[in-house]
Amino acid sequence: MNRTVLRAEQLQAFYILDMFGTRRVVKAVNGVTLEVRENEVYGIAGESGCGKTTLLRALYGAFDPPLRLIGGKVYYGIEGKEVDALSLTAEEKKRLRWEYISYVPQASMSVLNPVVKVKETYRDFLESHVRGKTRDEIFEMAKEHIAALGLPLTVLEAYPHQLSGGMRQRVTIALAALLKPRIIIADEPTTALDVVVQRGVIQLLKSIQENLGNTIILVTHDMGVQASIADRIGIMYAGKIIEEATVEEIFGNPLHPYTRYLINSLPRFGDKGMRESVPGSPPSLVNPPPGCAFHPRCPYAHSICQEQMPDFFEPVEQHKVACWRMGEG
Amino acid sequence: MEKLLEVEHLTKVFTLGSLLSRIRIRAVDDVSFDIRPAEIFTLAGESGCGKTTIARIILGFEEPTSGTIIYSGKRGTKNEKVWFTENVQAIFQDPFGTFNPLRTVERYFFETVRNYRLARTRAEAIRLIDEKLRAVGLSYEELAGKYPNEFSGGQLQRISIARALLTDPKLLVADEPVSMVDASLRMSVVNLFKKLKDEMGVSVLYITHDLATAYYVGDRIAIMFRGNIVEMGPVEKVLMEPLHPYTRLLRESIPEADPSKRWGKRITLTETEYQEYLRVGCKFAGRCPDVMAICRNDMPGYVEVDGVLVRCHKYTGETAFGESA
Amino acid sequence: MRVLRDLFRDYRFVLSFCVLCLLLFLAFLTVFSPYDPTLWGVVPRDLKPSWKYLLGTSSKGQDVFWQATFAVRNSLIISVIAGVVSRVIAVIVGMVAGYKGGITDRILMFVSDSFLVIPLFLIIVMVAMLVRQMMNLVTLGLLLAIFGWAWDARLIRSQILSLREREFTQTAILSGTGTLPLVLKEYMPFAIPLVFSTLINNMSWAIGMEMTLAILGLVNMDIPTLGTMLQWAISYQAMLLGYWWWILTPVVLAILLFVALYWLSVSISEYLDPRTRLQRVGAQ
Repeated sequence: MNRTVLRAEQLQAFYILDMFGTRRVVKAVNGVTLEVRENEVYGIAGESGCGKTTLLRALYGAFDPPLRLIGGKVYYGIEGKEVDALSLTAEEKKRLRWEYISYVPQASMSVLNPVVKVKETYRDFLESHVRGKTRDEIFEMAKEHIAALGLPLTVLEAYPHQLSGGMRQRVTIALAALLKPRIIIADEPTTALDVVVQRGVIQLLKSIQENLGNTIILVTHDMGVQASIADRIGIMYAGKIIEEATVEEIFGNPLHPYTRYLINSLPRFGDKGMRESVPGSPPSLVNPPPGCAFHPRCPYAHSICQEQMPDFFEPVEQHKVACWRMGEG
Repeated sequence: MEKLLEVEHLTKVFTLGSLLSRIRIRAVDDVSFDIRPAEIFTLAGESGCGKTTIARIILGFEEPTSGTIIYSGKRGTKNEKVWFTENVQAIFQDPFGTFNPLRTVERYFFETVRNYRLARTRAEAIRLIDEKLRAVGLSYEELAGKYPNEFSGGQLQRISIARALLTDPKLLVADEPVSMVDASLRMSVVNLFKKLKDEMGVSVLYITHDLATAYYVGDRIAIMFRGNIVEMGPVEKVLMEPLHPYTRLLRESIPEADPSKRWGKRITLTETEYQEYLRVGCKFAGRCPDVMAICRNDMPGYVEVDGVLVRCHKYTGETAFGESA
Repeated sequence: MRVLRDLFRDYRFVLSFCVLCLLLFLAFLTVFSPYDPTLWGVVPRDLKPSWKYLLGTSSKGQDVFWQATFAVRNSLIISVIAGVVSRVIAVIVGMVAGYKGGITDRILMFVSDSFLVIPLFLIIVMVAMLVRQMMNLVTLGLLLAIFGWAWDARLIRSQILSLREREFTQTAILSGTGTLPLVLKEYMPFAIPLVFSTLINNMSWAIGMEMTLAILGLVNMDIPTLGTMLQWAISYQAMLLGYWWWILTPVVLAILLFVALYWLSVSISEYLDPRTRLQRVGAQ
């Protein structure tokens, strides 16, 4: 089994909003425990509004107000040792970013500087992290990197707005991989992209992962994309990870009732039989249901489900489920 | 069989650019298709292929450059528009944009009832509204007094469908109705289309880029590429045995919810959208794996192959397949 | 009402509300005035403030306190007329231009822009000179209104332009709503914060304009307003002669009025801003 590169333990991060005297607390990340290993693609799946983006920001250490860290721990595995990610100083965080862990946010525009050509952004990154090279050498590095990933060299000479959405996304991903980080976090990299372009983006991510042998944490609600690239998947619901297993297990043997509904609702080619979506509506993160947050929509809910949040059970090797039914065996 | 809606040789040209460099883009290029009663007709293609423009023209929000739309035998051309919004309703892509965020959702229902004179008293109106809401799995009580942001995306789309059903339309134009709805809630909206077709004989023009739901719910499908329909026919045939190279590429690129069916080949993305629009000849020639010399010069005509209409030189019979450029 | 309760959390709203209430109260007091404000010499001249004459008396032989009540009342009347009438014009022009587009839009914007580039001040001065003797509160208000709508018409027009492209416009059209009800019901809630804040700004401007015209002697000097009061005090050299109560009264009242109106406008338009409003809607 590979080494752990990132680990979260009962992580809690809430948005605290104060407006006109009323206080709203959005429990976006409400006790997340997960484990990501070296040389794998870890997918985080869940509906919109379940807290996925917030989880990524918390794992990356970006606690900008109104987001606040409430509790729990995040550990990075750097060179075999565990480092407490939440207690790093700003200086240490800055050094780690882009070299150890890089982040591709949801809107592809925000990483590339819109007023300069792409090559300038690349140069800036390289110059601030790589010492002892001349400008020309740095430019060569950028060109090699782009070419190695199969992107046309012309993108370097373009401004971000001149590129199509898909190309921008790929350029941003290439930038995130520039300094060969151990972990790349990608937040919904293919949403709003056409299906053929999406394939190009996903294949790029896959080839980066294979070349560098690092880890990619990919957040998307599109289960088809998860099936095509992820090695292991964590299913997120109402701010918690409720199931974590290999991709084959999740699709072939989903155990949590929510996961079962999710997998069964996906349309498949060759089968026009009736499919049902998950009943009920997504829970509010301001007032999540007590106990197991899925119990109002769950056909198997017992009384304990309404009172206590279940811990992880492991009914199958390497397949964790947070459901009281699993405890009954 | 009597046709509900006929689109004949519809063309829409947009001119972009400044005074000095004008580009004319044929967003919709000689498109013809028809929709029959009680059928779900899918118009599929990637963004920028012209499908939304077609929807807007059908609904009257945009004027075509040429071509006609015949609704149930009555013509609606550029100059004499005969508009039956009672019979043709629409739902849109963004459920949260469909309703004014500063007004309660029920207002739109009452307005529709009043404007089309569907009820005489308020009580009657509420009964009608409740009936339509129940058809989509909701009720008037759940709706009363609430603003759009109090519902989920899936619920709002269903509410939007309920509003469209108030006038008992025969045709529902659904423009990307589930692309902004979570994967877990999509089925609830899409199953509704099936139900409307089966139980109430409503036809749906389902516009989407999501071929998985298109396969699940559609009866016939037309694949569009850069303004042209390249393949059209029963959904089972077109999506399971695609003829046109573009349809094949689309079909292969869909990530299937099955880890054992991952993509094999790598693809390269090169040409820009504009270049493809401006091509003479077949617009897909730039990326087609089976491209031939004739493809770059001549736009292929429609050929019927086993019940499916294809626009590709591979099937036009004059050129033998296997002759590469 | 919940709206008022939320507004009262903002200190600016509270203060401005109190000041305005005070001023309105003063204006209301004119009903009880023992003196006719247009008459001179009804009280002994140039007396300092005392219990009998709360703010002293002026060189014209008028009680400053009671003059001030009329001044406040009249200034408010002028500014309200100016503000309301110009809003109505701005809204009509802006909405029609924004929704209709095309030729109608171009013509209306041409007219509006003309009003913007013409040196308003000179025109107002000219007109005021011509009709000075016929000027009363209402005509002055209307005159100011005619010159106050152009800027905001354009603001409202651009708001309408962006709303026209949103999908709920199409929903309303498919619901069978005609153009006029659509614009009124769908767009008004978005336009109201604009209208409101510009209303208050416009009122401020009108008061200032009136005062300027008064100092130039271009209004009917017999009608007491903040401007005319100030002008009389200046022309009688109240500052030099040390009659501070006479000149400070209109100045202080004017400042209070400006600040209160400004704070009111800012706090209300922040409250009504659709972006913050959306966060509150349905949040309970």
